[in-house]
Order: sequence, then C-alpha cells, then structure tokens
Amino acid sequence: MRVFERPKMLKDKVFHYCPGCTHGIVHRLVAEIIEEMEIRERTVGVCPVGCAVLAYDYLDIDMQEASHGRAPAVATGIKRVLPDRVVFTYQGDGDLAAIGMTETVHTAARGEPLTVIFINNAIYGMTNGQMAPTTLLGQRTQTTPYGRNAAKEGYPIKVCEMLATLDGPSYIARVSVGSYKSILNARKVLREAFRRQIEENAYALVEVLSTCPTNWSMKPRDAMDWIENEMQETFPVGIFKE
Amino acid sequence: MKDRLIISGFGGQGVMLLGQFLAYAGMLDGRRVSWIPSYGPEMRGGTAYCSVTISDTSIASPVISRPDTLIVMNSPSLDRFLPAVRRYGIVVANSSMIEHIPELDRDIHLVSVPAQSIAEELKAPKASNMVMLGCYLGIRGGLSEKAVEAALQKAFVDAVKRPDLIPINRAAIERGRELALAGN
Amino acid sequence: MKKKQVLMKGNEAMAEGAIMAGCRYFFGYPITPQNEVPAHMAVSMPRAGGVFIQAESELAAINMVYGAAGAGARVMTSSSSPGISLKQEGISYLVGAELPCVIANIMRGGPGLGGIQPSQSDYYQAVKGGGHGDYRLIVLAPNSVQEMADLTMLAFDLADIYRNPVMILGDGNLGQMMEPVSFCKFRKRKLPPKDWATTGTAGRSRNIVKSLYLIPEQLEAHNRKLYRKFQTMKRCEVRFEEDIPEGCELLLTAFGTTARICRDVVDKLRQRGHKAGLFRPITLFPFPEERIKEVSSWVKAVMTVEMNMGQMVDDVRLAVEGRCPVHFYGRTGGVVPSVEEIVHEAGKILRGIKK
Repeated sequence: MRVFERPKMLKDKVFHYCPGCTHGIVHRLVAEIIEEMEIRERTVGVCPVGCAVLAYDYLDIDMQEASHGRAPAVATGIKRVLPDRVVFTYQGDGDLAAIGMTETVHTAARGEPLTVIFINNAIYGMTNGQMAPTTLLGQRTQTTPYGRNAAKEGYPIKVCEMLATLDGPSYIARVSVGSYKSILNARKVLREAFRRQIEENAYALVEVLSTCPTNWSMKPRDAMDWIENEMQETFPVGIFKE
Repeated sequence: MKDRLIISGFGGQGVMLLGQFLAYAGMLDGRRVSWIPSYGPEMRGGTAYCSVTISDTSIASPVISRPDTLIVMNSPSLDRFLPAVRRYGIVVANSSMIEHIPELDRDIHLVSVPAQSIAEELKAPKASNMVMLGCYLGIRGGLSEKAVEAALQKAFVDAVKRPDLIPINRAAIERGRELALAGN
Repeated sequence: MKKKQVLMKGNEAMAEGAIMAGCRYFFGYPITPQNEVPAHMAVSMPRAGGVFIQAESELAAINMVYGAAGAGARVMTSSSSPGISLKQEGISYLVGAELPCVIANIMRGGPGLGGIQPSQSDYYQAVKGGGHGDYRLIVLAPNSVQEMADLTMLAFDLADIYRNPVMILGDGNLGQMMEPVSFCKFRKRKLPPKDWATTGTAGRSRNIVKSLYLIPEQLEAHNRKLYRKFQTMKRCEVRFEEDIPEGCELLLTAFGTTARICRDVVDKLRQRGHKAGLFRPITLFPFPEERIKEVSSWVKAVMTVEMNMGQMVDDVRLAVEGRCPVHFYGRTGGVVPSVEEIVHEAGKILRGIKK
C-alpha cells in the first residue's frame, strides 16, 4: 500500500510563500525527485536572490545561497570541485533572465553538468511586483502601471527558445504548474533534467511557468488559469532541446 | 658592480628579449637581477623598453629613473632617455636606425654600432639586438661566457625550440663584442 | 647549498606559489596588467590536476570562487583595479558566508577605466572593506617577485585559518617585473577540517553556506563573530619590516613597489648624513599600528610615500596620533615616483626639522 506523505527531505516548516504561490509545488516536486532518485546525500543546491532565497529553510540538503543572478557561477564552482555530486540551481525570472543572464547563457554554453530550475512568474515577487524580463506585453506591474508597452519596455525574453540555439545544453524544456495534469508533466520533465546531469553529465534547464497571485492581484484559482491560458500564449510549453 | 640599464627600441626589435637575456645571465652568475618591461595596449610596433638591474648587492629599487647604461635601438628612444643617463654612463646606440647621434657634452661614453647592418650581413636581420648585447658585453664585461651561453640556450631552445638559431646569434654577439673592443 | 632560482614575472610567481600551496581552482577574466596569472594557470592547473576557467566576467569568476570555496576547495582569482571593483559584491558575500579564498589585485591607475600603469590607489578599497557591509580582508603587500610567491602561499593558510578571503595587493610593476625566485617546499600546516563545506549530507546533518540573516539580532551576532576574527587578526597577523636608526630624523613609510624605491631613498639620505629610516607594512590589514605608535614617540618626522594621492597615510596618522608630523608624497595615475624626487621632498622636510 502506498501512503501519500510529505517527502522526508521537505522540512516540516510552514512555507513563507504567499497563499496560492506555486513555489511550494515546485519545492515539493524537487524534493520528491531527489528522494526517488536516492541522491539526497550527494546533492548540493544553490538558492537565488528572490522569493526562493530561503529555499534552504525547506529543503533538507546541503545548500549555498548565491548573490543575485550568480547561482550558475556558484554552481559551476561547486560542480568543478565535486564532479560526482548532483548540483542544481533554483532561480526566478529576475535572477536568471535579468541580472544573471550572462551567467545563465555562459554556463549553458559551457554545458556545465548542472540542473537549472527556472521559475517564471512574469513578475518580481519579493520586491512587491515590478516588471520582470518575462512580463507579458500589456501586463500591469508596479513599474509598468499602464501595462508593458513594447515600444517603451521591450518584449518578454523567451529563455528556452534562446538557450536552445546553443550547442552546450543537453535538455531545455518549459513546463507549467497551472493544473494537475501540468504538474504531473512538470514532475516528469524535472526528473529528466536531473537524470541528464547524473547519467549523461550534461546541462539541463527547465522553465516552470508559475503563479504570483499576490502581485498579479488574482485569486489563486484565477492565477492558475492565467498560466494555462495567458502565459502559455507567449511561453508555449514543450521540449526545446532533447 | 651595479649596472642599471634601460634598453629601448621599436616593438619587434627584441629589446625585451635582450633585457631578459641579461637578467638571466646575471642571475646564473650569482648576481641580483631585476627586469621590468614597459607595457602598453599595443602588441607590436610602438616604443618598447625595459629596465634591467644587475648588481652584486641586493637591489632596492628595481625602478630606474637614471640609468648607468642606455642601449637604444632607434631615434625616439635616444631622444627620450639620453637626458636621464648618469655621469660616466654608457650609451650604446644602433646607428643603423639613428641617423643623427648628437655630440655629447657630458661625461658619457657613447658607442655607436650599425647593429642592423651587421645583423643583415650575418643573414640574421632579427639579431640586431644580439649585436647590441655583444657590444655592451665588450664594454662592460661582467658576465661570464658560461652564463651567456646558458642564456642563449634558454632564449632559443627552451623558449622557442629553435636550436638552429643559436650559432647565428652567438656570431652576432661576437661581432658586437669585437666592435666594442676595437672601438676602445 | 644555494636554492635553485628561476627568473620569473611577479604574476607568474604568484600563480606558481598558489599551485604549490595546494590551490587547484582558478577562475579569472582577462585584464591588464595581471594577464600572466590566468595564462600561467591555464597551462599549469591541468598539469596539477586542477581546474582553470576563463569566466565570462569578473562577477562570474568571483562567484565561481564562492561556489568552489563553499565546496571546500583552495581557490583563487586575480584581477586588476576595475575588475576588482566588479568583484566587490562577491567578496562581501564571501566574508559574510565565511569562505576562505585568495584574491589578487594587481593595481593600475584609476578611477574608472583609468590606465594600465602601476598604481596603489586601491589601498582604501582593499583595507577598509571594499564592498558593502562591515568587514575586513587580510591584505598582504609583497614588494618583490619572491614575496609575490611567498605571501601567496601564506595567504591560503591564513584564509583557511580565519575562514576569510585574503587579498594580495600588488601593482602593475610587481606583476610585470622579473626577478629570481626560489620556491621552498610548501609545508602544510595542520588546519581545522572544513566540516562546514557543502559536499552532500552523507553521514552528517546538512550544511548551509549563506550570508543572509533576516533577524537583526542574529545578524548582529554574526557581525560580532566576524569582528572577533578581525580582532584576532590584529593580534596575531601583523607583519612588517623596518630599518630605523637610533635618533631617526625622518621615517619613511611605504608598501610594495614604493617601499623598494624608498629603500634607495633612505640609503641616499644616509649617505648625505641624515638619520633616515624605513618602515614597510607587509600586512596592510591588520595594519602595524602598534609599532608605528611606538616609534612615533621618538622619531622626528614621518613621511609616507605612495602611488596615490594619500591613502595609507591616513592609517599612519591614526597610529601616530599627532606625536610627530606626518608628511605625504605621492605620484598617481600610473606614474612611479623616482628616487630623486622623493629625496628632494625628504630634503625639504629635513631642512625644516633642522631649522
């Protein structure tokens, strides 16, 4: 008989995340996969600056906290010293695609054997909802109060599409956690991203379309639907590099 | 002894190598040595110079503002550094590249050597720096044959794997030395 | 028997010293005048079984250092002034997370892009913290190619002992200069195990490498802990060299390249019958303030010489506390002061004293 229970490596601590935020779901998926693959004792994670800055409070593994945007560089340092460990970064859209874009691109180009988990919620959550590099056209944020205007603020950056042009990465995929079905798919894809590192010594990145009901000013349920409907128009789910 | 040298010329005339050669040979002879290059944004051409100190006692400042010896491979170098040469100093000038060598009213021993012409006569146009080196050794002495030979090995075998270049560079040094001795 | 000597550039000697001290990870980005360091590492690290990465920026390089140090490795980066400015955020994080590493700054003229000729104008940045937050680095100031090697080797031990970054503060002249250097075999000290490193939780509870403390009291406690380390450094790690005659009339204080030049200045002044002395801090943090304080009670005057517009002289003044006049002479922008001009300046001070 299988009992549905809390993954052991997910610490018994209440998330600081807002109600309806999907960070909790992704944390849980990561914890489940690490347990399932039996790699907990040889995994080192890297937290970003952003809402997940405290991820080490929830995941019971060795972790380093990087400065804003530099998680891929920190992870590179760890992996080069400990090539037989499993190293992953967990980064938001500001961290990965704005301030840390250089490190993101070059780490991918080097094909560093890392697993990059990229939470895209189209907004800066921790600092109260400013424009992100992935904010949709027309989307209102604290710093785009009239809606993101391409003429003034440019276009959202499609990280997966961009990185898929590089030769370094082995696996680039975008998933969503906006519905039960999407979550099951996300789990499968995330697991594959870890497998690539462990078995093929290769770089993998998974972009996860996530919610930020607080800063989107939406009810959690509507936020889920917004990912599935609105966000996926700009950021289609799929595998960009196999 | 203590000799503070400035060696200067166009980039590509081998002034850096000449300086390192002297520093290396001096070290092998058990002396204290230092070598400082000028460094700039240009990789080739332009003026390049280095400061070399060879001394029997420990070297305090390796930075040379007033050289005892000036080895110059071109006119701009002579114009720039001549005023700084100390009294009773030596200037070795490459007359192949310096048309007008001024009359000196100070107590400076000036030797002009057509180093480029000599190098070309020897069919080693790049070895004008070694002619200058030979001339310097002829005037100052001070470095052993053994050390000079070892420096040749280091410069042409260890660094660039061209042992075939040694005889011709050795010959260039010899010609420079002969000229210096004949001039005295 | 005389030890085997090699003629090397300061930058190369530093890189070689690092490898001999067990450094196996180097992350850097090209900038003049320190390019011989990554060049040497690119050749020698793979041979030593280590890793060299040319990072995409100084930011990436210092954060690779952070990751590697956090994983328990001996790791180094080097740069020159503008590049060191870029690394400051990372250095602040390294101190905050108590990670040992060695950072070399082969200084050039600033501010901004400045120039590429030798300078000492990053003294403040090096010894007063440099990045944000209340912290210090151990700062070692070599004055010869031999010391570029020796102090780099020492730096790795100090970094591990204090779990704090150590900076080698050289300048373009020291980096580019060649002098004979001999390498003694690195004697490994007994150092505490790096049981804090993130290597996977096998057989132990988890380790976290971080500098985030959201509760003010916790951050204050952390800052006090760091402060105690800095106090211990002040007690145990002060290094200097001095040659001060009895009845010293003028004490020159200088570090690095300028200290070499001042050595000639002192000799020249003595030849002229003046009682001149030289004091050279080898550690710029911790600064040898106690010793300067002692001697300032009986030397007639102090003159600090730097390749900047007057930075270390502030620390000298703090140590002297008005017991004697403190003069300053500096050249900046990449200009190296000559023996003659310093002698001239010193002469003016000495004439003033003797009046």
